Amino acid sequence: MKNMITKMTSCAITAALLATAVVGEEPKRGGTLTMAIQQTPRHLNPAVQSGTATGQPGTQLFASLLRYDEGWEPQPYLARSWDVSEDGLTVTIKLVEGATFHDGEPITSADVAFSIETVKANHPFKSMFAPVETVEMPDADTAILKLSKPHPALLLAMSSQLLAIIPKHVYGDGQDPKSHPANSEGVVGSGPFKLVEFKRGEHVILERNENYFMDGLPYLDRIVMRILPDESTRAIALESGELQMSGFESNPRNIVRLKKNQDLRVSSEGYAAIGPVNWLAFNTKGEITGDPKVRQAIAYAVDREFINKALNLGTAPTALTGIHPGSPFYNDTVEAYNLDLEKANAILDEAGYAAGANGNRFSLTVDYGWPAMKPYAEYLKPQLKKIGIDVAVRSSADFPTWAKRISTWDFDMTMDNVFNWGDPVIGVHRTYSSDNIKEGVIWSNTQQYSNARVDELMEIAGSTNDPEKRKALYAEFQEIIAAELPLYPLWASPYHTVSSASVGNAPDSVWGTSSPLDRVYLK
Amino acid sequence: MNFGKILVKRIGYGLILLVAVVVLNFTLITIAPGDVADSIAGDMGGADAEVLAEIRIRYGLDQPFLVQLWRYASSIAVLDLGHSYFYNEAVTSLIMQRLPATLLLVFSSQILAITLGMLIGVMAARKPNSFFNLVVTFLSLFGFAAPVFWTGILLIILFVSIFSVFPVGGMMSASLIDASWYEQWLNIAYHLVLPMVTLASIYFAIYSRLTRAAMQEVMGSDYIRTARAKGLSETRVFYKHALRNSLGPLVTVAGLQFSAVISGAVVVEAVFSWPGLGTLALQSILARDTPTIMGILFFSSLVVIIVNIFTDLVLRAIDPRIRID
Repeated sequence: MKNMITKMTSCAITAALLATAVVGEEPKRGGTLTMAIQQTPRHLNPAVQSGTATGQPGTQLFASLLRYDEGWEPQPYLARSWDVSEDGLTVTIKLVEGATFHDGEPITSADVAFSIETVKANHPFKSMFAPVETVEMPDADTAILKLSKPHPALLLAMSSQLLAIIPKHVYGDGQDPKSHPANSEGVVGSGPFKLVEFKRGEHVILERNENYFMDGLPYLDRIVMRILPDESTRAIALESGELQMSGFESNPRNIVRLKKNQDLRVSSEGYAAIGPVNWLAFNTKGEITGDPKVRQAIAYAVDREFINKALNLGTAPTALTGIHPGSPFYNDTVEAYNLDLEKANAILDEAGYAAGANGNRFSLTVDYGWPAMKPYAEYLKPQLKKIGIDVAVRSSADFPTWAKRISTWDFDMTMDNVFNWGDPVIGVHRTYSSDNIKEGVIWSNTQQYSNARVDELMEIAGSTNDPEKRKALYAEFQEIIAAELPLYPLWASPYHTVSSASVGNAPDSVWGTSSPLDRVYLK
Repeated sequence: MNFGKILVKRIGYGLILLVAVVVLNFTLITIAPGDVADSIAGDMGGADAEVLAEIRIRYGLDQPFLVQLWRYASSIAVLDLGHSYFYNEAVTSLIMQRLPATLLLVFSSQILAITLGMLIGVMAARKPNSFFNLVVTFLSLFGFAAPVFWTGILLIILFVSIFSVFPVGGMMSASLIDASWYEQWLNIAYHLVLPMVTLASIYFAIYSRLTRAAMQEVMGSDYIRTARAKGLSETRVFYKHALRNSLGPLVTVAGLQFSAVISGAVVVEAVFSWPGLGTLALQSILARDTPTIMGILFFSSLVVIIVNIFTDLVLRAIDPRIRID
């Protein structure tokens, strides 16, 4: 029986979705939205540069094949339909008709093939398109992706900033796409906004693309993205009305303060796909931290509730596993290691770590890579003292110093924050896969964890398209990780989008502000 | 010694200093653990091993240290500051984009600090035991003791949060990119007020105390008594005779402070999101973008050396005794 898994969505459904997104209020056209981004992007082309600094302006300039709604459902974007064959090895994409780049050239399947090739060769996340072997182009509107194995992450990898459709006639001129001049100046994409000016350290100014392929959109005339690295400056500017929107706000004190402001909307929606999870990582090849008993004792001694109340001020959801709590694959039934100092002490006694004359069993170091992580690392010192572990907090002068220490395994424990990037295949597997123990590579499997069953579970879950089956596989995966604790997940970063009450349709889809802001309007 | 010889000597010293700046800074940056590939990966939310290896090969970071140093030194010898790893742009053009903002901030705050400092210093010297003098002593101590970022944040709380008088940061409203030049300049001046006052606050303290001390010393000297005995008005004695003679220390210190002003600007720029060299320097240091850091250090040493030579010239102009040497 030929049972096609077909996902076809017509324009009518898009229109209906558009209407529901608005909830009774008629969006207004026009106006300039001033928002903040936190650092100067290296350039504006997400096809060859990951990260949210490039993603936020990049997704306005470049359209992708798909977009995602609040419920993790793919929606048509440049692709009007997409069809995955039963064996999962062929994906047929039909492009919307009449879509053009900012320079007026039509978007064809050749551009899609070129974009996938470019991303595959240059993007830092090799797992996104690794199984794509060839892209066939039977006609200008159709691209057929041939895969070496079923690839469940493919649809997410075709959305938002992960697959910018770039024009072959601009970026295919033989220059290295990573340093192509059109990455920063005279950018040609097909997104809802065109580039007016990119001034490093100051702003990115975007204006409406009058020939945008989605009818009637975008609502805004202009978006000014001001580059404001200082979080207090952004908070004050939001309060004074100088800024109307800012994403990725993560300072708990500022979030609590801004939430009290009646003129601002503070939302934690829109970060499930980026999926930032904070954890305490262990060096599983360390002399002491190599013992799972030690890791379990530490997990029992660290009080998530204290961290969430006192340090995160209630702004962050608890994360029990390395998969973001907003993900459909999150398993909230794993061992939670609720605070139990007696049990922690008992485990260490049993494992033979007797306390010395000064009450200490052994000493460990804990690292942190950037200032925001300092309070958490420092909390561990008095807390773990209670179970006889003498903790020394090691600070690093800057991010590269920390990255070097961790990626060369010169650590016992470290505070860390790793992003899921959509599907677990892209951002989760890398942390646990025994193939990915790579010296000098930060956010690889720096815990040096290896477990054959975990590798196998990831392998199967990474090559099947059945969501239910995947859910079961990842559930078991999360249970094993929770039992063996190569890392102890603590909380999901309290990213919030702060917007003025005058902003309509604030971006709440799973990709948040790193998604096209074509439906955002000013009341 | 004649002036030409001194100038040549000065330039010679300057060149030696530049070589030292290049070699020492390059060594320090390179021996620090981690490199730009790590910071690029950090910025991107991670990267695969091949990508990191490729970045290191592309920028020659896989080469031995001496080879890297030699490559850098030989390119800088022909005034080629190289290409930024992080921003994919020529360092010279990065610096030139940011330089006007920093120069505007540095010079306007220096002019403000010197003018106000001199004025207040002179006024305080005229009435050494007055209440006014006390206020000046207090203000200058406060300005000198308060960390500059703290002063900046305090001003922001006062003039942005409580009284919405000034913008919180930046250099120009982005809505004005199509406006006429004078509208743009007015807007820049409006954005400049708080950072300028903040940066000036420390130097105002130094200059006013310096002027007051120098004036008080000069006022006790014989030629002032002579001038008074001639029957000159007190104002004339003060501004014509005493002030000029007490300017020497002020000019020397102002020249010497110039390098400190540039480093002070780094902090002020960060607080006010002022898009100058300081912000660029800070970002490049955090990103380990060696060519950009080196370019900025090289360039600012060059500026400091030039300003010091210039200070010498000014000193000679206002104080004839130095010319004899």
